[in-house]
Amino acid sequence: MRRRQSYKGVVAAAPITIPYERFSIHGAHWWIGRALRALAEQAHLKPADIDGFSVSSFTVGPDTAIGLTQHFGLSPRFLDHLPLGGASGVVGLRRAARAVQAGDADIVACVAADANHVDSFRRTLSTFSRFAQDAVYPYGSGGPNASFALITRDYMNRFGATREDFGRICVAQRENALAYPHALMKKKLTLDEYMGARAISDPIHLFDCVMPCAGAEAFLVCTEERARDLGLPFVNILSTIERHNAFMDDPIQYRGGWVVDLEEFYGLAEVKPEDVDLLQTYDDYPVISLMQIEDLGFCKKGEAAAFVRTRDLTYRGDFPHNTSGGQLSVGQAGAAGGYLGLVEAMRQLCGLAGANQVKEAEVALVSGFGMINYDRGLASAAALLAKAS
Amino acid sequence: MTEPLVRPKRKDPLKRTRLPLSPPGARSRTALGLATAAAQGRFMLQVCQDCAKTIYPPRDACPGCFAPAPPFCDVPDGGVLLAVTTIRTSTDAYYRERMPWRVGTVRLDCGPSVVAHVHGDCAEGDRVAMSLKLDRSGQAAAFALPARETPDMADDKQLREMTCDPKFRRALVTDGRTAVGQACAKALSEAGCTIVFVGIADAWKPFPGEEALRKTANVEIVPLDLTNSESVGDLAADIGGRVDIVVNTAEHVRPGGIMARKGLVVAREEMDVRYFGLMRLAQAFGPALRFRGADGVNSAAAFVNFLFVHALANWPEFGAYSATEAACLSASHSLRAELRPGGVKFINIFHGPLETEWFQPLPPPKVAPSALARSAVDALKRGLEDVFVGDIAQDIRERFLADPKTLEREL
Repeated sequence: MRRRQSYKGVVAAAPITIPYERFSIHGAHWWIGRALRALAEQAHLKPADIDGFSVSSFTVGPDTAIGLTQHFGLSPRFLDHLPLGGASGVVGLRRAARAVQAGDADIVACVAADANHVDSFRRTLSTFSRFAQDAVYPYGSGGPNASFALITRDYMNRFGATREDFGRICVAQRENALAYPHALMKKKLTLDEYMGARAISDPIHLFDCVMPCAGAEAFLVCTEERARDLGLPFVNILSTIERHNAFMDDPIQYRGGWVVDLEEFYGLAEVKPEDVDLLQTYDDYPVISLMQIEDLGFCKKGEAAAFVRTRDLTYRGDFPHNTSGGQLSVGQAGAAGGYLGLVEAMRQLCGLAGANQVKEAEVALVSGFGMINYDRGLASAAALLAKAS
Repeated sequence: MTEPLVRPKRKDPLKRTRLPLSPPGARSRTALGLATAAAQGRFMLQVCQDCAKTIYPPRDACPGCFAPAPPFCDVPDGGVLLAVTTIRTSTDAYYRERMPWRVGTVRLDCGPSVVAHVHGDCAEGDRVAMSLKLDRSGQAAAFALPARETPDMADDKQLREMTCDPKFRRALVTDGRTAVGQACAKALSEAGCTIVFVGIADAWKPFPGEEALRKTANVEIVPLDLTNSESVGDLAADIGGRVDIVVNTAEHVRPGGIMARKGLVVAREEMDVRYFGLMRLAQAFGPALRFRGADGVNSAAAFVNFLFVHALANWPEFGAYSATEAACLSASHSLRAELRPGGVKFINIFHGPLETEWFQPLPPPKVAPSALARSAVDALKRGLEDVFVGDIAQDIRERFLADPKTLEREL
């Protein structure tokens, strides 16, 4: 198999978050427009200057990326629409980076946004995928809560993880969120409150679940030279991977596609897990964060619960994790949830994080996971990013 | 252990009746193959004919070798329950009012993992028997059952949503003069019906088996003449809101082809008893059944219809009668769709010649009325939609599925 090539000379720049709202009367187009406007203002760009556009959204229908070009007055020579949920950010980044590297585009605007109307979550669930329609949603209609409950149950049975272990992740992320201005959850969470929360779909309880909301996240991909010319904050891309529908014969999901490509992932970046200063996992349900901590090589399979018991996961701690509070505390703005960790890691490496800034953040690992099509998340992706040198 | 059902109290007539809702019923066309299996009580999944892989959820090509359109085949139903969750909040209105609801992941011995409804007596790590049930939207649903029968197993709240179990329900058998009607009354009473209304036209005329019928527990004789719209309407006005299962046992079997008869008198009688009788019943009792589809433990559940198997393919020795039965079969498909919004099943029990007087000259095999009644109760308990009772009915079904034109020549 041919090996992945370096991303030298290509950067991710201008991290943008449009603050989330629990419910919003605005549609996805409005949120995408706000993100584009923020990118344009920061980089002093007009629509005509943006010659690459990558978008991820569940609620932009009936439009796709092509319709959005006319909606926003873009005339790109690189266009991507990535319906990959939680893997959208990393995958959007790596494809845009290759386009820039190959000369297919100069500057790519990567945007993820979703609307949240009062009934839109139910509608999204019932029509999420053909397998969901045929073989999951008619079974109690618990949505992702039920699917992840089954994965969590199996993980607990298999590896002896407890609810307290999941709780540690949620409590630490809430603490991070208290220092992040745009988090929707602004009330301190104790482990007792976590343990005492009402059951949603055993063993998933209230604070294991993300809150659907509206919002947008965005960044630009361009050459390092261009980013410097525009005076933009940027990060270097050390390495990225994506892998979909890995381990399809596992009867129930306890690992993801990262494992397949891990050696090349760290090899290309020339870093080791212990060099990583902060980790952003995709956290819709804490069991998935534990799975990523294992599958990304921070500990052995099945040992993530023990690992988090001995680490401080806050932005001040020895293992800074989901430093803005993650989706568990910031909210899940649909596909923007797949960008949240990436944009936050960029802010951290650029020193733009604010109160939740991790000290001496040089290398960040961002992981994406997405799309419970039937019984498991199919998409997995990860990126290693470094502070601009 | 399943908590045994408690006999429901008499309903307060002033209370609002909860309206029936359906669980999500949208399915891909390919997935409808599961409903075909569930309707017959079979456990079938797609099996690739090229690489023998068993496939779930239903796909349009084999994920092992890309072979197109793998067919649905009977597969072993054993498996292990890997994980269970009890869902306590749902975005769907039907499930919302039925919370909590157990679902689980089952690894089938034949390969795939199936997300399924889980019976209350199944625990993580247990061996289970997977089945396909028709849920209240009329669509197939995988249901994990205990590998061995457990006490009061049928009373499981989730399972009972998928079945039409006669226990604590009230049935109407439309014609108690026939041997089939009497057998059904007995079988339904034994299956736990709290009342079995049995229709008798012109009750002053005695009939064989009357004494035994009147002595059967929970039987209540009611006046009913299916050839008279007023009679059917009167009975529905009287008991329509208390009938949960309708079993149409009206018969009018007369031999002979169409040219063998002079005039239309017999044909009209056949149509009047069978086809128009079904219509009168459906119009009088159907709306109440559909309205009461979610009315508690003894909600309306099913309409059972017996059909001569030559409804599928005409047998000229009973040519005119076969044609009447074909009309009833077609009507049954309309009624099935019309009852579906209430979650009420329409069950067709196909049979060949019976051990009754109008089939007297025919050689065996023939179906005993008691066997037909047992099949009806079994179909109710399992929530089936199409049942073929006896060797002849099975044989005609197979020949029909193989090729209807060849069957026409064979008959």
